[in-house]
Amino acid sequence: MPLIKFLRSTVGLKIIMGVTGAALFAFTVIHMVGNLQIFLGQEALNNYAQMLHASDEVIWGFRLGLGAVAALHIICAVVLTIRNRAARGSEAYAEYAAPGASLASRTMAISGVIVAAFIIFHLLHFTTQSIDPSFKELTEIHKGVERHDVYAMVIKGFQVPWVSAFYIISVALVSFHLSHGIASCFRSMGLTNPAYREVQEWFGLAFAVIIFVGMAAVPAAVLLGLVKL
Amino acid sequence: MSTSNSMTFNIRIWRQKNAKTPGKLVEYKLDGISPDMSFLEMLDQLNERLYAKGEEPVAFDHDCREGICGMCSLNVNGIPHGPDSQVTICQTHMRIFKDGQTITIEPWRSTAFPVIKDCVVDRSAFDRIIQAGGFVSVNTGGTPDANALPISKEIADLAMDAAACIGCGACVAACKNSSALLFVSAKASQLNLLPQGKAEKDRRVLKMVEAMDKEGFGACTNTNSCEAVCPKGIPVTFIAQLNRDYAWAMLKGAAAEPKATVGGA
Ligand code: HEM
Ligand code: FES
Repeated sequence: MPLIKFLRSTVGLKIIMGVTGAALFAFTVIHMVGNLQIFLGQEALNNYAQMLHASDEVIWGFRLGLGAVAALHIICAVVLTIRNRAARGSEAYAEYAAPGASLASRTMAISGVIVAAFIIFHLLHFTTQSIDPSFKELTEIHKGVERHDVYAMVIKGFQVPWVSAFYIISVALVSFHLSHGIASCFRSMGLTNPAYREVQEWFGLAFAVIIFVGMAAVPAAVLLGLVKL
Repeated sequence: MSTSNSMTFNIRIWRQKNAKTPGKLVEYKLDGISPDMSFLEMLDQLNERLYAKGEEPVAFDHDCREGICGMCSLNVNGIPHGPDSQVTICQTHMRIFKDGQTITIEPWRSTAFPVIKDCVVDRSAFDRIIQAGGFVSVNTGGTPDANALPISKEIADLAMDAAACIGCGACVAACKNSSALLFVSAKASQLNLLPQGKAEKDRRVLKMVEAMDKEGFGACTNTNSCEAVCPKGIPVTFIAQLNRDYAWAMLKGAAAEPKATVGGA
């Protein structure tokens, strides 16, 4: 069975990592653009949030799809990392210079695990609102209908300095992971050739910076009092 | 060469009796080395002196000593083939080192390349990957006319770049995952790119990847270490090419083995 062979081979698993990594990257960009609407004010952000939650079918479809993509990414990462360690062998080099390899490329598994921990915290914080259940009571009346006040929740959440600091450090790690990951996923998916390679490397670095700035802007702006209730 | 020009080195080199005994780095002081000596001539000097003292010389692989056979395989100061870029260690000269410097010399390290003795490793895993698909099956018949198969200059150049691989294994030695993908992708692409190799392309890619996995090499995480140490400067874009060829072969449902024809052809 070709599919089973594919799922067993290091190349096949790497292609899955590439495809899922690219999907997670695309989601991150969309998520960032959504977040930035906080700068357009309460009305805009809450409208956006209401739109996302308009249909249970759509939002749960997205949640399950994204969850599956993340799970595949993590499973392949774990399987390949174990294989890679075994391939290197028990006898380590006395001297090893890791020629040509960037720090981000050598620490993808570590940055990935920390990013996973952050994602769990983030879901408990703003999605399930279990870390501070009082977030659930934040509502506003919009056109005579009561709805969740996401704008207030985000500001309340980020007014806690350690929470904002933790978010900023975590998105720095996400962009560190992506500084290698974006260019890498093109190669894993086989979409690189000598003509496109350099462009993809610049694209990856540029988006890593854009994602850091765009994601860190929200907690930073709340901490600095630029966005307030 | 005047003796005033001679260099002294502190050589730390891996000594290991055989595959089963654990090895260790052993230090030797070595003087009277000419800056014009090649790295392997420096090791010959070390061995001459060990002989003279009645000690076992250091085993290391070498053959052509001109950068074409791919036998030499030393990890020097943490870099396969040493600090000089795009040359094998046999083509590296002592003048690039500093007088009095400590030079650490280790064998390639990878589960798939077990140490046999001192700095000699068993690289027959590469041979088995080639046997799995790194060839073109030529059936009998007359030699075709050289101009019968048109090949564009771009494709010919690309195939030649891939064919520059001497199979030394530095890519595996440098990779933090001991991935053999630079080797496998170069050896597959040099044939896949050309009309003579196209017929067996899908099967070749599937078989070679399967053989590579079976030998226990790791996966590629695109760190570029292989490209940085490759004495032939083979670019990592061949790995992307192999990933693409592998994905296509899978999507087409290509089989690693040709189906037996019922009733004969
Ligand atoms: C949740 C925990 C995560 C873990 C454990 C993880 C781990 C890894 C590992 C081990 C790699 C392969 C290393 C390499 O190719 O150099 C990788 C690649 C990648 N990751 Fe993650 N990652 C995680 C989350 C994420 C997230 C949230 C994103 C997007 C924002 C992402 C995007 C990527 C991309 C684009 C690649 C490149 C894929 C490739 O080279 O084929 N990862 N990740
Ligand atoms: S000995 Fe032949 S390439 Fe170095």
